[in-house]
This record gives sequence, C-alpha cells and structure tokens, in this order.
Amino acid sequence: MSNNPPTPTPKHFVAPLEETPLVAIDAVNVGERKSNLWIDAWRDMRRRPMFWISAAIILLVVVVALFPNLFSQIDPRECVLSNSNGAPTGAHLLGFNKQGCDVFSRIIHGTSTSLSVGIIVVILTTVLGILFGAFAGFYGGWLDSILSRAGDIFFSIPYILAAVVIMSVFSAYRNVFVIALAIGIFAWPSTARVLRAEILRVKNADFVMASRALGVSNFKILLRHVLPNSIAPVIVVTTISLGAAIVAEATLSFLGVGLPNTTMSWGNDISAAQTDLRTAPQTLIYPSIALSVTVLAFIMMGEVVRDALDPKARAQR
Amino acid sequence: MTDVTNQNGAAQKPLLEIKDLQVGFKTTEGVVPAVRGVDLTLMPGQTLAIVGESGSGKSTTAHAIINLLPGPGRITGGSIMFDGQELTSFSQKKMEEVRGRQIGFVPQDPMSNLNPVWSIGFQVEETIRANGIATGRKAVREHAIQVLKEAGLADADKRLKQFPHQFSGGMRQRVLIGIGLSSRPKLLIADEPTSALDVTVQRKILDHLETLTRDIGTAVLFITHDLGLAAERAEQLVVMYKGRIVEAGPSKEILQNPVHPYTQRLVAAAPSLASRRIQSGTAATPTHALSDLDYAPTTVTESVDLIAAAEERLEQTSQGPSLEKRPDAIVVKDLTKVYNIRGQGKGKASELVASDNVSFSVAKGTTTALVGESGSGKSTVAKMILRLEDPTSGSIMIDGVDVAPLKGRPLLDLRRRMQPVFQDPYGSLDPLRNIGNTIGEPLQVHKVGDRTSRRERVLELLDQVALPENLITRYPNELSGGQRQRVAIARALALKPDIVVLDEAVSALDVLVQAQILKLLADLQAELELTYLFITHDLAVVRVIADNVCVMQRGRIVEAASTDQVFDSPQEQYTKELLNAIPGAGITLGV
Repeated sequence: MSNNPPTPTPKHFVAPLEETPLVAIDAVNVGERKSNLWIDAWRDMRRRPMFWISAAIILLVVVVALFPNLFSQIDPRECVLSNSNGAPTGAHLLGFNKQGCDVFSRIIHGTSTSLSVGIIVVILTTVLGILFGAFAGFYGGWLDSILSRAGDIFFSIPYILAAVVIMSVFSAYRNVFVIALAIGIFAWPSTARVLRAEILRVKNADFVMASRALGVSNFKILLRHVLPNSIAPVIVVTTISLGAAIVAEATLSFLGVGLPNTTMSWGNDISAAQTDLRTAPQTLIYPSIALSVTVLAFIMMGEVVRDALDPKARAQR
Repeated sequence: MTDVTNQNGAAQKPLLEIKDLQVGFKTTEGVVPAVRGVDLTLMPGQTLAIVGESGSGKSTTAHAIINLLPGPGRITGGSIMFDGQELTSFSQKKMEEVRGRQIGFVPQDPMSNLNPVWSIGFQVEETIRANGIATGRKAVREHAIQVLKEAGLADADKRLKQFPHQFSGGMRQRVLIGIGLSSRPKLLIADEPTSALDVTVQRKILDHLETLTRDIGTAVLFITHDLGLAAERAEQLVVMYKGRIVEAGPSKEILQNPVHPYTQRLVAAAPSLASRRIQSGTAATPTHALSDLDYAPTTVTESVDLIAAAEERLEQTSQGPSLEKRPDAIVVKDLTKVYNIRGQGKGKASELVASDNVSFSVAKGTTTALVGESGSGKSTVAKMILRLEDPTSGSIMIDGVDVAPLKGRPLLDLRRRMQPVFQDPYGSLDPLRNIGNTIGEPLQVHKVGDRTSRRERVLELLDQVALPENLITRYPNELSGGQRQRVAIARALALKPDIVVLDEAVSALDVLVQAQILKLLADLQAELELTYLFITHDLAVVRVIADNVCVMQRGRIVEAASTDQVFDSPQEQYTKELLNAIPGAGITLGV
C-alpha cells in the first residue's frame, strides 16, 4: 500500500432508503392484458390506418368476388356492338368496351376470377412451401439436400416463363385451376426458403430440447413447437405473393396464354383493350386500376403484418 | 467534493466528475428515465467500479460519458466534467476526438466487437490512424505491432494478418483492450469486459489490464455485475439500483460493512463472496443477514443469504443417511463421446473427443456438480445422461439399469424419472404456449390424469416454485428471466422425477435472482428428495449447492471429491487455478 501514489480517501456514501425503496426480488409483475407474439402484433396492427385501409379494400374485393350482383345489375355479357367503345352514360358509369359490353360490370364480374387464381396459388405455394421448407429445415441432412436442391431447380426458372410454357402446352385446358397450378408450381420455393431459414433458427432453442427430453416425438415437436414459432414470416410472404399471383394471372392473360376470352378476368380485359388505348382509354384504365388497387392492398397488408411481427425491423428503418 | 487534498497536501483535480446525471430513453409512451441523478468522482489513475444488476443504469451511465447511448437514449440533465471539459455540451464531432484519444472503451462482447471480414491488423491500424497516434504506413504498422505486443500476444507481427475467427475469446478481448489503450487515454471505460469469458481467462485478462493501466497511469471505470470482482479490482465502489447510486465508497469498507439494505442483499447473495466466506470460516451469522428466507412474492423486504441457505441445505441432507450409505442414483462409467467434425481444408474429417472415459456417480438425494470451462465436455455428458445424445461408448446406470441402449417404451419411462432445466431463460419456454400448457405438457405427453387433475397439478407446481396461480393463462414474454427459469423448473418437476439435470440453470441470472433460485432448488431437493446433477462453469455457486464436485477439463474428469475437499485441499493444478479465479480472492472479509 505504501508504494502506491497517495490517493485521497473519499467518504463512504449511503443514499437514504426512501430515495430508492427496495422492491421484492424478481416480483411477478404481469399487466392487465395477456401478451404474446400474435396478441402484441394484433394490438400493434389495429393502431395503424394502413392496416384498416388495406383490410377494407381486401374485404371489399372479397365481397365483390362473392356477390358481384350486389354491385352491378347489368349483365356483363349483354353486349351491344353499337355501344362499341362508347362513353360513360348514367347507367353505365365507366362506359363500354370494344364489344359494347359494360366496363364496370365486367370489372365487377371479373373480380372472382382474379381473386380465385390468387387464393389457389397461395394455398398451393403455402402447402408445398411448408412441406418442403419444414422437412428440409427440421430434419436436415440428406433430406435437406434433396428438398433444397429440388426447390433450387424450380427457383432457377422464372415462374412467369414457366407458366407461359405450361399454358401453351395445355392450351386445351385453360381454366382458373390450370393457370393457378401453372403459377403455383414454380412460385413455392421462396416460401420454402423463408420457412427453412426460420426453422433452422427455432429448432435449436432450449424449449425444443426440453420437449425432446420429455420424449415427444420429432414430428410432434415440429408440429407443436417449431412450426408455430416459424410461421410468422411465411404469413408475410404469403400475403404479398397473393398480390403477385393476381398480377401473374393478368400477365398471362395479357400475353394471350392465360384464360380464354370467354372467361371474364381483369387480365383479359386489359389485353383486349390494348388496341384501343387512344380511342377509348377507359377500357384499359379502369380494369388496370382495379388490378393495381387490389394488389397494392395485399402488399400493404403484408408490410403491416411484417412490421407488427418484427418491431425491430421497423425501428431500424 | 471538487478538490480533494492528497497526502502531500497538494490539491488534485478530479479527472472525471459527474454531477446529477439524468439519462432517459424516448419511447412512444414518453421518456423513461434510466439514470436518475448520478454523482461520481474519479481521480487520475484511480480505479472505480459501478456495480448493479441488469437494468440498474450502470452501463447507461458509462455510455453517457462517451455519448454512445443507443438510439432513443438522451442525456436529460446534469453535467459530466472530464479533464476540465464539459462533455455534455460537446458536438458529435468534438466528442469523436475525445473518444478513443482521451477516453478508451473496452466493450462487453469480444465476439461481436471485431469485424469478422477485416484482419486484426487492419482494425488496430484503423484505430491508430483515426486517433492520429501515428501517420505513414510504416509508423502505423509498427505502432500496431506494439499495441498487440502490449496486449500480450506473442509473434504480434504475424498475428496482424490474421482474422478475428482465428483468435480465441480471450485473445480478442486482449486485442480490444490493446485498441482501447492504444492512444494512452487518461480514462478507460471497461463495460463488463470479461463476463463473456471463462473464469481462468477472466483472471488473466484482468491482471493484464491492471498492469497495463497502472504502467500508463490510466484511470479505469469498471462496469460489472459481480460484486466480488468489483471489490477485487477497484479501489472505489459505486452500487447502483434503479438508476440511482445507493452506496459508494472504498471497496473494502463497503464489502465489509454494507449499510444500504440493497448492498446488504447483494453481499449476501453474491456466490463468489459467499464461497469466500465459507472458506474463511467466517460464515457465522453475518450481522446484517435479513435471513427471513421467504422468497414468496408477497414479502417486500426479502433477502436470500446464500450461506444460510447452504447451511440449511447441509443440515437437511445430514438428517438422512450419511452420504456414503446412500444408494447411487446415477453411475456413469467410461462414458465417451466422439464427434466427427469436418476438417479445415482438403476435406479431411477429424475427430473431437468431447467426453473421454468419464466416470462418476451421484448418490440419491444429493447434488453433484460437474464443473468446467467452455469446451470441457460437461454439457455433452449431461446430454448423454439425458439421452439427448447417444454415447460412443460407456455405460450410464440409473438405479442399477444401463440406460444407454434403451429405446421406445422403456426410454419414455426413463424420461419420466429424469428431467432437465436448461440455461437460457429466454429460449427454454415456447413463446407461443401459455404457462399452464408449458408446465402441463409433460403430463399430456405421458398421459397422466385427466384435464382437471392436470390443471390441479399445474397449480400445485406453480405454488411449489412460488409463482402466482394467475400465470396459468399468461405467456412467457410477460415474465422475467428468473420467473421463466422457475416455470422451467416446474415443468421439469411435473412428472415427479427423481433426478433433475440442471445445465447452467442459474448462470444467466442476476445475482439476487440467482440466489433465490438456488434457494428454491435446495428447498425442493429437501422436500422431494431430488437428486441433482448440476452443470456449471461457476465454482463459487458449487460451494453453496453441491455435495460432490467433478472438475472437467478437455473432456476428462481431472478431480472428483466432496465439495469441502475440493475447496480445502484441491489436488490438481487446474482445480487450484479455477479456485483462484473466483473473484474476490484477495479480499479479506472481516465479517
């Protein structure tokens, strides 16, 4: 001690107890309301106008698709050629297309086609994506190699290109299911990848180990613990890809390899209107707006869900 | 308080003087105060430690000094005088000049604080250039080599070209200390510099840091949660609680005579100090023991005295048959686990022997601790006993039956009798299942009872681990780390097992919570006649919980004996090193 440079001796300071009263060690302090990932996400989402706007649009689109007659009493197939590319009138709000059909009515009645394609594609990609992603990520090893490489093969082919080829080959069977199948069969690998990455993260958690020590079988662990904790990003991807699938259907129809022109769809209407863009812009613009607004609603919804599920990503932006 | 007169009578100006510092974090619900009026004085060349639990504001205070508060953090009041300059008024740019040049910083986690894509040399040189210590390629390089040499790295010139992944955690921290001290700062802030490292490495690093700073004459501000470590390494101690200083003064005096009830709690609960006190035989009723050992959440002024808990535990075990006469619950013989790992380059596969002919036994109703540093194979042994990993060779006898080859139904029956509790409180519970379902899962899996009887059992278990019944429908993210660990313990106990394997079960918790859980474990053992296998890196904790100790090093058991024998007369050099590395070795506790 004596060798050290002389240091001043400060006094011993003790704060009065009232200043920071002691609280119980590790006291249980739970709020009024329950909270977990989904409950918190819901609380977060319902405070955002973006959520309500996109939810309202999506709801409207669904209702229109299910009950088109509520919105337009005019038969979209009752076309009078003398009305060809006619301007809007009182009963025909958005005018007529080249065949003399009511544009508004066609948009309303085409909704179910677009939405059905979107929904079927999403069901297909989610089912395939979860099967491939979950098994590849959870079991690993050779199964992972096989499943992931299979996914890579599908992933390496642009799904629009693949769908064009499939639709050309099956030109005799063009309907909503076939076109959804053509899109979905090449769109699932992105879902599988997202899920696989998430499962790799979750499967090493201690709670998985604890279940294993209880004797829960691997498959049950996957179903009960791993999958529910990995599914959040899949929901985000799925919501956004629903919009993308609707666009894909429109693209294929526009290219002439989609649905037959006897089927009413936004893509067919846009395709038919391209020749009359200058003379009758309404035939192109209105179906396009319907398409954009619907797709935008799904993408916005996906973004809102993403933000709600991952508050950290939001803070960093 | 400004000018303190030293022994020569000359006035000495404080190097760092913090007055009424207030720091708040902006949230959507307004500003949440994290530091509420901190006063602190540090003389040149002095060492001061801020001690507190997580959330006490100790790190925030340190970060406020060098203006490195995370995102929403702001200094909302007070002054920070450093070397005659008011730091709170400094612009970002001016602060950058102070940071690094006049105040060095050693961060907490050496693993994430070096950029993995740049060589060590590049990162050291970057600091040297940024702080203007040297200019010109050659001079910078020479200086970098000197920094690494000072950091205690042999062949520093070769090491410059290496990348962080080629360095161990201890070596990385040496590099970071070297970087922190490279510009000969007047003050070094070390934020939990060794909490991510093994104890023996921790000791070496701290010794090294002490020598270096003494030579340069740098003042050190330590941030730590370990009271023993703080008292050993710093002359001055500041205890923080809820954003305020509750007690400050000379380390030894505070340790020997803690006045504030919170400090008393800390002193009573710190395992390093408790183990020292048991060691020196001064365990006899500490004067300040608020030893009502009730940890029920209703009591407000509770406290857990580890020594009292340890004594009580000993008393309870001694009531039964003596240790030697108890039948063995677990007998492990020649347990070996070899992993094939992918070799580096040329596709060579190599073998890693994680567990090398490990043999030991655990008597019924007792606790055996498996102690070792990271990579010693202790967790591998635990996983093999739990049958989560298959042994390469050797046998595991549970009550006389070799369980290593068990499959199917018999294995499921074995699992009922043996349950684990893992380390990470944030990973050990499924975040999407409520507490009731989590605790009830074992009953469901093993089809015990019906819905109502399971619910009753869950309530009973919640009561046993001192958690309120209303948690049954709540989710893990509403609970603290300690509470989650209790839920994990409740889940482990659901099937009324005989054996519980605790794999670093208290390592991630704050000392007070840790003491509480240790006490709970001891009580449960007495009540339910449990046999514990306690895996830990912390010898200090072992002293208060275990009857027998097995020390592991590189896959082998190097020493196995009763806890008293290991602590009183360690045979192996490695055990002695571990014992010496328990912080607080140099402190005489006049309690």
